[in-house]
Amino acid sequence: MALALGIWAIFSRSLETGTFTTFVMTPGGSEFELPNWIFSTLPTLNTFAMIAFAFGAYQFIKGFGKRTNLILSIVVGLFVFSFLSWATAEKSINLAGLLKGTMVRAVPIALGAFAAMINERAGIVNIAIEGKMLAGALVSVLIGSLTNLWIGLIAAIIVGGLLAWVHGILSIKYKTDQIISSTVILIFATGLTSFVSARFLQKYQHLNSSGIFHSFPIPILSEIPFFGPILFDHNIFVYAMYFFLFFLYFALFQTRWGLRLRSVGEHPKAADTLGIDVNKTRYMAVILSGMMGGFAGAYFTLGSVGRFDEVMTAGRGFIGLAAMIFGNWSPFGSFGAGLLFGFADSLASKLAILGVNISSEFLLMTPYIATMIVLAGVVGRGQMPAASGQPYEKE
Amino acid sequence: MTNKEKESKNNKSSISVFFDEVSRSSWLVPILAIFSGLLVGGLIVMFTTDEMYILIGDGQIFEGLSLGFRAMVDSFVALFTGSFGSPTKIIAALQSGDDLLIRRAFNPFLESFVASTPYIFAGLAVALGFKTGLFNIGAEGQLFMGAIFSVWVGFAVKGLPAIIHIPLALLAGALGGAIWGFIPGWLKAKTGAHEVINTIMMNYVAFRLSEYLLRGPLMRPETFTPVSPMILESAELPRFFESPIRFHLGFFIALFVAWLVYWFMFKTKWGFDLRTVGANPRAAKYAGMNIVRSTILAMVLSGALAGLAGANEVLGVNHNLALAFSSGYGFDAIALALLGKSHPFGVVLSAILFGFLRNGAIRMQIVGIPVDIITIIQAMVIIFIAAPAIVRSIYRLKEPKESDEQTFVTSWGAN
Repeated sequence: MALALGIWAIFSRSLETGTFTTFVMTPGGSEFELPNWIFSTLPTLNTFAMIAFAFGAYQFIKGFGKRTNLILSIVVGLFVFSFLSWATAEKSINLAGLLKGTMVRAVPIALGAFAAMINERAGIVNIAIEGKMLAGALVSVLIGSLTNLWIGLIAAIIVGGLLAWVHGILSIKYKTDQIISSTVILIFATGLTSFVSARFLQKYQHLNSSGIFHSFPIPILSEIPFFGPILFDHNIFVYAMYFFLFFLYFALFQTRWGLRLRSVGEHPKAADTLGIDVNKTRYMAVILSGMMGGFAGAYFTLGSVGRFDEVMTAGRGFIGLAAMIFGNWSPFGSFGAGLLFGFADSLASKLAILGVNISSEFLLMTPYIATMIVLAGVVGRGQMPAASGQPYEKE
Repeated sequence: MTNKEKESKNNKSSISVFFDEVSRSSWLVPILAIFSGLLVGGLIVMFTTDEMYILIGDGQIFEGLSLGFRAMVDSFVALFTGSFGSPTKIIAALQSGDDLLIRRAFNPFLESFVASTPYIFAGLAVALGFKTGLFNIGAEGQLFMGAIFSVWVGFAVKGLPAIIHIPLALLAGALGGAIWGFIPGWLKAKTGAHEVINTIMMNYVAFRLSEYLLRGPLMRPETFTPVSPMILESAELPRFFESPIRFHLGFFIALFVAWLVYWFMFKTKWGFDLRTVGANPRAAKYAGMNIVRSTILAMVLSGALAGLAGANEVLGVNHNLALAFSSGYGFDAIALALLGKSHPFGVVLSAILFGFLRNGAIRMQIVGIPVDIITIIQAMVIIFIAAPAIVRSIYRLKEPKESDEQTFVTSWGAN
């Protein structure tokens, strides 16, 4: 624990100096534009640095209690915002567009995190979310091109479930090490989707153009100023993300079904004693998670570009996994972490347009490094489902 | 062996005893797994032949199936000639006596060993981790770091004779990988943060870092493409034959390193510590072994081996560093270490197999089979290896005498 404190202290300290350097490097009197929101950079940054410093000092004096995470996120938020104002000094950036992009890019990550969460809560480790996404993406575009988008979407969900079923057989029936069995599913799905894509989709281009789900504003909500268009003018995948967020929270923590699922992940023997069929519950969780993965995969094609490219998920499944751990195996936590990664994603693409002189590569690294720091220090031990990763053998 | 068993053994004929032994041996499963994997790959090729369905659609079912079957046979022939070379060409070249022709005819065979070399290093890296109970998915990132370090030493350190420059560049590669292995190892040992997640994260950091370096500090001066400068000639691993054969010293270095890993893991006290920590951390702790040190040491060594894979590619094959140069050696290495049962010699054998598969796949591409078929075959092989019960039930084998299936790491948290 002492070490965790140490890491945290270094982190918060470097943040403070970070804010100070941005303040020093900023030429005064520049502009920052929002939909009509202009302010001068220098005093703002100054203020932020002060606030961040105050929080940091408060942390040092008070020690690191329950509010560490909260304060950490506030400080990080301030830092990001001041970085943004510094980067756009004398230029303009569309903040609303940035945040809207964040919501869109958070979709696969948050859905991936949800998929991993259903698994892990039932005690199955799964690093194959990426594979299920790829399979979902490919199948949805194939079926979507042949029939229509909705059937394509359903097909993606089914394929994700099928892959997950194989994963379940390997890790529940044959008691293969779960990390290995999911690695296999990942390798298999990556290989098969690339194979099919290279062998068929390039030859028959018409099979690779499904069209996409267009975005539609939700009537009243989307008229809220500023937040409306950011949150409520999207395609169905973003709305599905909102839905699953609340649905999973309710299902996992408020229903008997969720309690059973979690008990299987925490203490399978006790659950078994109480008459819960451990392996059946695990099969169900694995398959549900696979369906979610397939759905998340369909986002890449039906929700975004309308065609399949090899390895188009680009590690989002892994980041989803990280988001789940970052978010402490909880729906809202995972969602928040997903937003963070989505924000970094969205920011990187905007910064590339702005031509900022800080290398976007370093910015792109930050989510990964942040995950490692969180994993090492703040979350640490004890929060994960206790029996995650262990096959259950009835005695 | 008890008396009863001896008796029952004496009662059997020698042939059935032989089959009994074979069917119980632990090496039969890998061989059958490879065979089954290839078979599944072939079937996938057959059933993804589009002309077959056109013929079947026309009602010519038998012709369609035979066409699909021929596609499967063709692809296996291509796999063979791509990895071993075509026998007819070799004979023709030997008869003609032309140097260049002979070199071309033997090139595929030797090129397969060139492809095997990084597999040996990376496979050893993952295997060493497995033996210590660590799952190093970060071989790919460590490989990148090794390549970055060694390419820098290769072109920036000037005026050294080859005898010093080559080892220096190799060591730099090992160091790069070792640093990338140290971080997750240290985090695991000190905070219990799981190495699987951390090595995945480190992979992405390494990719981004290499992108940054190749677009910035390491970019070849006169170009605008993200490629590093060529390394100096004094840092190139010597090749044994003239062009086009690229077979180089790296293969023998890899064999030597494999022997070194074997010696370290099985003949030294440190290796014994590592293996004990991997097999039973609790027992290791009660025996007074330093788990923190073992974990860090294992990740550092594992990273160094993966770094050598990257250095080998840079110094022996490419002579420069480009974006995404590795194309998944580090990930394939996981499959390979499983196939080789995490034993250094097993790893060498499976690395050679993978090298031949990979090289043969290039030839298959010419007959229209995407390279990715190799990935599928690899996945099938690991499934059959990781769940031996499947293979045993398909081929009706008996249970092995003693269970040599190993368990690896389990969950994310501190154990």
